[in-house]
Amino acid sequence: MILVQREDFDPGALLAGFAAGDTGVGAVCSFIGLVRDRGDSDGVNAMTLEHYPGMTEKQLAGIEAEARARWPLADVLVVHRFGRLEPGERIVFVATASAHRAAAFDACAFLMDWLKTKAPFWKLEEGADGARWVDAKATDDAAADRWRS
Amino acid sequence: MQVLYFAWLRAKTGIGSEEVAPPAEVATVGQLIDWLKQRGPGHAEAFADLGVVRVAINQEHSGLDAPVAAGDEVAFFPPVTGG
Repeated sequence: MILVQREDFDPGALLAGFAAGDTGVGAVCSFIGLVRDRGDSDGVNAMTLEHYPGMTEKQLAGIEAEARARWPLADVLVVHRFGRLEPGERIVFVATASAHRAAAFDACAFLMDWLKTKAPFWKLEEGADGARWVDAKATDDAAADRWRS
Repeated sequence: MQVLYFAWLRAKTGIGSEEVAPPAEVATVGQLIDWLKQRGPGHAEAFADLGVVRVAINQEHSGLDAPVAAGDEVAFFPPVTGG
C-alpha cells in the first residue's frame, strides 16, 4: 500500500497493524527516514518537500510492484510525507513482510534505494543563509544501481 | 499539451504549469525544450544546463530524445531528492 500525505504518521501503530493476522509471515522489516539538522549546508532549520501529485503515487506503486516481483512479500507499506518539515520529523516509512528475514531486509532496502532515485520529490532546505534546493547525490544513484539485474 | 515545472525549474520559469501548442515540427522533448526556451528569459535560464534537467511524459520517466505529441503531459524537474 502507498500513502502520500502531509500529516505525520505513528510508526508503532503502523507496525502493529502491518501484516497482522497473517501467520505465514515470519519477518517484518521497517525503515524510517527523518529530517536532519544538517544537510548540504550546516544548520538546516526546516525543509519543504515538493512532489508531483499523480506521478508520485504512480511511481511508488510501480516500485512496490517491482519489489513484489523480486521477493515473496506478504505485504508492503510505503508512507511518504510532503510539505514543510523540521529537524527530527519523520519523512518516510517503509515496511515489508515475508516468510523469512532475507526477503524482508532486502526488499526494504530496495524500496528505499529505488524510491530515492525514482519518486518525484524535491527537498528545499531552509538555513541561516536562506533556502536552497538539495542536489541529488551520486551515492543514491550507486545505491539504486546495485539492484539492477 | 500540458507542461509542468517543479522545484527550481518552477522558480526559474515563474510558473508551475502551462498549456502550450507547439508547431508540428516539435516532435521530441529536446525540440520542445528549444521551443520553450524562446518563451522568455526565465524559460531560457531554466533550460540552460540540460545535464541537471529530468523529464517525465505522462508521469513516466523519459529522455530528451523521446517523442512528444499534442495531449501529452510533459513535466520538467531536477534529479529527484526524496526519501
